[in-house]
Parts: sequence; structure tokens; C-alpha cells
Amino acid sequence: MRVWVDMQTETSPAQIADVSPDIKLDARQINFFYSDFQALHDVSLAVQACKITALIGPSGCGKTTFLRIFNRMYDLVPTARVTGEVLLAGHNVLDPDTDVIQLRRQVGMLFQRANPFPKSIYDNVAYGPRMLGWSKLEVDRIVEESLKDTGLWDEVKDRLKRSALNLSGGQQQRLCLARALAVQPNVILMDEPASALDPIATLRIEELMQELKKRYTIVIVTHNMQQASRVSDFTAFMLMNQQRAGELIEFGPTDDIFNRPKDNRTEDYITGRFG
Amino acid sequence: MNRLGLRVLLDRIVTTLIIACVMAAAIPVFILLLFVLFKGLPGILTPGFFSDLPHPIGVPGGGVFNAIIGTLIIVGIASLLAVPIGTLVGIFLSEFGRNKVGDSVRFVSDVLTGLPSIAFGIFGYTVLVATLGHFSAISASAALAVLMLPVILRATETALILVPNSLREGGLALGAPRWRVTMQIVVPAAVGGIVTGALLAMARAAGETAPLLFTTLGNEFLQLNPGRPMGALSLTVFKNALVPYTNLQDQAWAAALLLVIIVSVTNILARLYVRRAQR
Repeated sequence: MRVWVDMQTETSPAQIADVSPDIKLDARQINFFYSDFQALHDVSLAVQACKITALIGPSGCGKTTFLRIFNRMYDLVPTARVTGEVLLAGHNVLDPDTDVIQLRRQVGMLFQRANPFPKSIYDNVAYGPRMLGWSKLEVDRIVEESLKDTGLWDEVKDRLKRSALNLSGGQQQRLCLARALAVQPNVILMDEPASALDPIATLRIEELMQELKKRYTIVIVTHNMQQASRVSDFTAFMLMNQQRAGELIEFGPTDDIFNRPKDNRTEDYITGRFG
Repeated sequence: MNRLGLRVLLDRIVTTLIIACVMAAAIPVFILLLFVLFKGLPGILTPGFFSDLPHPIGVPGGGVFNAIIGTLIIVGIASLLAVPIGTLVGIFLSEFGRNKVGDSVRFVSDVLTGLPSIAFGIFGYTVLVATLGHFSAISASAALAVLMLPVILRATETALILVPNSLREGGLALGAPRWRVTMQIVVPAAVGGIVTGALLAMARAAGETAPLLFTTLGNEFLQLNPGRPMGALSLTVFKNALVPYTNLQDQAWAAALLLVIIVSVTNILARLYVRRAQR
């Protein structure tokens, strides 16, 4: 099932004909297998550019598995197998010919637990740009810019050479975000980025996301429904089917999903009847 | 006696038993160390022990200067051979060796660890001494290097396995190729364990005697050329322990004490380094 999202709004009724939404990542008929076990069944999702798309659903329904397809992280698992395609700028990301290194620079990832390298704060953010061969001046500039974009600059500008491991959990996660931004991606994938953080730190991450979506496309997996409804523009609800494979049940603007869900199962999950 | 009282009693009995076992294990080691200390102190404190060469048998005095230099050179060359190779194989095993090839390397390494050290000596003799036609320090270094290799290899692999996978994922997600992730992120994170493994292997090699017996043979004179026979501290202990001259026996004890000190200091330095690297 593939859902196109209609971009018509009440405030501009004149825009009727030309609105084909700008699709950044187009996943079509994704089936995912670990050896013989099917983890995802026929999932199709069109992620819109410069919007926040949330993936919600109960534990084990395949949200993280699906997210990790976008930057080919499943390559690390020898038994993983995918069919279907994911189009990014017209090219199928799942194609074996794809330059995975390039892909991962364009599609960055933030993990559930902050994973800063055991290096200095500066070296963490500078790792990507240095690898790309930028000059010292350019690296300095992008480090400062990335740290400012994640709201860390003022907190760490006097101790850039100190170990990243001395930062608090929320700061480390923001550092990992700065590190990902430093390679100038187009898309940021977030796998429950605030699940290990306290409410204040969580709020900061959410505020950051609102700022960042002006320039980046964001896909976030979250267990926290309130977070999904607060933060995202579009929501996809997934569920495990009888064969324990994940399926996409419903996808649409967040407002519609949470206030006017079309599927009973979506409504049951939203209202907390199961989860 | 009620249930609680029984449990407390049992707890006390088992705790006492455990403490007794620790004593049984630690006390002999402690006694050994004290013994070596007391027997070796007179020799070590004798003026000239560190700076003099051995005197002819029967002539009082003398020292182990040549043996100290010999041990340093032989272990140094062995480390230059074993540390780079062992570290690289350890990296291979951890990052790219989760397969049959890796398993066979691990198996061979484990077998080598259990091999009697005199076997390495015979190996060194056959391969280097007999073919080259003379005894030399370098054949001892080669034998010691083979002895050190499995220790360094396993320590490196263990240190790398302990690095959490989240670091590897973080590097790969940035678009870094695997070799960069391994060398620039994972290995630096494990460097504490790798250095410790290397230091411990060196300390062990310094104390080995059997591999040196028929490879470097020994030398009463100061020798800096690794292509010639060279003295070593462990050989000094071996040679002088059973001769009937007290000054030489004292030197044997003192050399043993010196080796114990070297091993202990190396261990302590290794631990301090790890603690500092972790901060």
C-alpha cells in the first residue's frame, strides 16, 4: 500500500494542480529477511523533503529495521537480505552498485544511545570533514558551525580539546548530531534519539529538530507517541503481522493519524489499548 | 537455630573458607618473593653488580653488566619482531576474523601458548643457529618473538572485542570505510589493552631461560652485536646457581631478584598506563 499525501491546505486553495510533494526518499515494496525469517513485509513509504516523518509502533514491529535500510546499515549483518527499492534522487539505494560510503554521507544517523568516539569534542565533529580531506581552516569552520547548529557551541567552545566522554548524556547526543551534520547530509535518520535522555534534554533535541527540518529531511523512530505528535509532520504506524513480519498499517499527516485515524488498529495503538 | 541464624553462620563459614583459599594461593607466592628478596639483596647491593663484567671463576667480585645489556637487546629485538605482527594479527582476528580462517589462527595461537618454552629454543637452534653456523642473540630474539606472538595476539584481540559495537556503527554511519573505522576509531579506543598485552609479553620474555640456552649460549663479555652470542640475566641465574663460589651464587640470586623487579615494575607501569588512558 503506497500513500500519496495531498499537499492542499486551507489557506491556499489556489494551489490545486501543481502540488506533487517533494519526495526525498521513496521506499517501494520493501521486504526484509534475516536468513529465512521475514522482518518486513511489503512496506512502502514516501518521505517528504524538509519534513519530519515519524515511525511509530509497538516494540519489534520493524521500525528500526526499516529505518536502517535507508543508509544501508544492514550491510553489517551477513544474513540480511532486502528486496524492493529505495529511491534517493532517482537512484536505487539498495542497488549493489551504489557507493555506500557516499550514501552514508548524504544520509546521516543518530543512534539510540549516544556513541561519541573516545576522542576530544573537536576531533569527534572534525572526524568526517577531515576524512573528506578538508583544510584545517575549513574543518575549524564546519566544527564551529555544526556545534552552533546543535546548540552546543556556547557550552563547549572553551573545552574543545577535552574528551567527549566527559559531557552529559544530552550533550553527548547533541555532539553526535553535530558530528553527523559536519559531513553535510541531506537526510538525518534518528533511531529513538531521546529515549535514554531526561525530559529537559529530550525537549532540547525536539527543539533542535524543528530548527533542523528547515534544511534537512528527518526520519525519526520513536516509542513515545506524545513526541511523535509534538514533533513530526507525517507519521507512519507499523505493526507486526501474524507471521511476525512488520507491515505499514497507516501513513499520513500527523494531525490526521492522531485525530482521525482510518484504521482500527491505529486508533487502538494511539489510544493506548495496546502498545 | 532459626533460619536467619543458620544463613548467617553458613555465610561466615564460606567466607572464611574463601579467605583461607586466597591465603593458600597468595602466601607461597609471597614467601617466594620474600625469599628472592632476602637472598638477592646482598648481591644487588654489592658495589659493581650493575657496572662490572663477570670475573673469572674463583676471583671475587664481578657484576652482570653484560647480562643486563644482553637481556635488553635480546628482548628489544624480539619485541620489534613480535609486537607489530602480533598486533596486526590481533586486529585481523577481531575485525575480520569471525570465520573459519580466524578460528584456525586462534587455535594455532592457543596451542603455541601451551608449548614448553624449550621447544622454542630447539626451534631457534635448528632454524637459525645450525643454518647460520654459530650461536647468536638474534636467534634467541627469534625464538622469544615466536613465544611472545600468541600472548600479544590474544591480548590485542580481546582488547578490540571489548570496544562496543556502537563505536563502529557510529563511524560507518558517517561514511567511513571499514579500514578507517578500524584503524582510526576502534584501535585507538583499545590501545590501553594492546599496550598492556605487549608489556606483559615483554616482561615474560625477559624471564625466559630455556629458549636462550642453545640459541644465544651466553657470553662472559659485553657484546653489542646481535649476530654474536650474548649474555642475559636468566642465563646468569642458570649458570651461577650451582657453582660452589659464593660470590657467583650471590650474583645468581641478585640476577633473579632483578628479573622479578623488572617484571613487577612492568606490570605496575602497564596498569598505571591503562588507568591514565581511561581517564
